[in-house]
Amino acid sequence: MSDMEGRPLALVIGHKDFASGIVSAVIAITGRADLFRTASNYGLDTRAAEALVRDAIADGVVIVFTDLPAGSTTMAARRAQRDHPEVTVVTGVSLPVLLDYAFATPGTEHAADAAVEKGRAAMMVARGTVRAD
Amino acid sequence: MPIELHRIDDRLIHGQVVVGWGQPLELRFLVLVDDEVAGSEWEQELYRMGVPPEMRVEFVSVAQAIEKYASFASDPKPGMLLTGDIDTMARLCAAIPALRRVNLGGVHHRAGRAQKLRYIFLTNAEEAELRAMAAGGVEISAQDVPAARVIPLETVLAGEATT
Repeated sequence: MSDMEGRPLALVIGHKDFASGIVSAVIAITGRADLFRTASNYGLDTRAAEALVRDAIADGVVIVFTDLPAGSTTMAARRAQRDHPEVTVVTGVSLPVLLDYAFATPGTEHAADAAVEKGRAAMMVARGTVRAD
Repeated sequence: MPIELHRIDDRLIHGQVVVGWGQPLELRFLVLVDDEVAGSEWEQELYRMGVPPEMRVEFVSVAQAIEKYASFASDPKPGMLLTGDIDTMARLCAAIPALRRVNLGGVHHRAGRAQKLRYIFLTNAEEAELRAMAAGGVEISAQDVPAARVIPLETVLAGEATT
């Protein structure tokens, strides 16, 4: 989702090329390049990663998606959120989560919760069946 | 079981620690030595959030770490001791004769630091502090994750292994 000027309202931040990679998949599927801003923690300590998140919030970001609950990206987002309680942090993000969020109605209050539920439901284990013949 | 790793990592508890090292070493506890975090319930809660339920975390000040080190080291389960900077680890090494091996896991870029490895940047003072620790009998090497090459301190300081 983006604001009236087309700026992304969501940030995806993760390890190495995670964010740019997963957002490139969102763009390939939706055709929308204006939905998510991306950032990497590569080469950064937690404070520097936090500065990236704070910059994004200053630019209008209201939701931050991170890759790993234990990751420094999540620590950075939670620290920034402490001063910005209006910001939502979602961790353990996957492609189904981002796609659901991308198609949510702009301004929907519970879009993040719905996207997380969609992500959980999208996970499955498929085992092959041994044929009798 | 002794503490498996004494690690300097400015991200403290994060993915490389909990997953990268935590799973292969089957770590069951982390000792996070940081005076600021030891005094902040909020910071502790933040770090706890990223730790799986089977792993316990002890948040201690430098003084508490020195006092409790023997009990941490005699814990039957494998653990890791973490500091966020070189100075804190140097203080521990000076006070704990049994602490004689240190892992450089992540000291990232900041003004005044020069790059030594992809994940190690040092000021002249930090470099001198590491040399002093080594001269005092502490074996220091860099290795961010278990699958990576172990790089001895001298090679790190020479700055020739920047990958």
